[in-house]
Amino acid sequence: MAGRAVTVTSGKGGVGKTTLTANLGVALAMQGQRVVVIDADVGLRNLDVMLGLENRIVYDLVDVVEGRCRLRQAMVRDKRLSELFLLPAAQTRDKSAVQPSDMVRICDDLREHHDIILIDSPAGIEQGFRYAVAPADGIIIVTNPEVSAVRDADRVIGLIEAEEKGPPRLVINRLKPELVKRGEMLGISDVVELLAIDLIGIVPEDEAILFAANRGQPLAFSRDSSQAGQAFHNIAHRLLGVDVPFLTLREPGMFQRFLGFMGFGEDRQ
Amino acid sequence: MKIFGRLVGRGETASGHVAKERLRLVLAHDRTSVSPALLETLKDEIIAVISRHVAIAADEVRVTFSQNARESRLVADIPLLTRSKRRKR
Repeated sequence: MAGRAVTVTSGKGGVGKTTLTANLGVALAMQGQRVVVIDADVGLRNLDVMLGLENRIVYDLVDVVEGRCRLRQAMVRDKRLSELFLLPAAQTRDKSAVQPSDMVRICDDLREHHDIILIDSPAGIEQGFRYAVAPADGIIIVTNPEVSAVRDADRVIGLIEAEEKGPPRLVINRLKPELVKRGEMLGISDVVELLAIDLIGIVPEDEAILFAANRGQPLAFSRDSSQAGQAFHNIAHRLLGVDVPFLTLREPGMFQRFLGFMGFGEDRQ
Repeated sequence: MKIFGRLVGRGETASGHVAKERLRLVLAHDRTSVSPALLETLKDEIIAVISRHVAIAADEVRVTFSQNARESRLVADIPLLTRSKRRKR
């Protein structure tokens, strides 16, 4: 069976696209999938450092596009997971070096030997977004429960609808359950209602994500040590079509019903 | 319940609620590229056209967005003046 290309995008920068891509890549590979993650953020590459693979890069995406190397030569194999590969972005070029048709061709090649190709889109809605979305079979929109991030996500959803890529799926990242409980943050049901697309995951704010990025060791490697790590694995499962219930998020020392603040309970509004 | 809600910072004034209401409007305008100013213009012209044929309560006319999933529609609520109301005016 040919592999699937899934693009992670958001409109707004800094909402956690690269973190999600790195962790999903790790989680999917741990679940036995043959995974390639592509850093499509030419000029501002970061997926390599998130994965701790920055010292092993020889060639990059633009080298492949311009024929200086073969696709296989540019792919960095993760030594921790034999079926996880990174195709890094070029750091000294800009987004005009890649065309949508280049990404389509590269992904068509990759589909033969890999199950899932995850594409980490640049922020924005310009050229970089266009070529990142071009080869996608499915799209994940990442947002934070904040006015600006939700607005930008809505804009991107509109653009994707126009391209007829199928309905995108939503990840709400950096949720702070205690703020939602106090009514000082948009809740999950609020964001889902506003954007009106299907939810595929909720990731709570977790300082362990920062520590993991510091080390270049994505949280998903130790799935049970944190709720966020577990959340990434759950998204990976759902991406593979497995129905996993959403986490019961809790504050330290408090057991609060997750469904309550999701809006399914009577607790909120 | 309302008092309790206020105590823990919920209710209509909690910032999360404000965020949602603001986003509702912003998204409706973004999606359709209909600005609040255009809505006003539409309202004035609708009033002008309709009142040429029937008597309406012009100051009660409302032109708003309604959202259903990702579909937006323009809703005009135009109260007609009944005979009795007209006499009162």
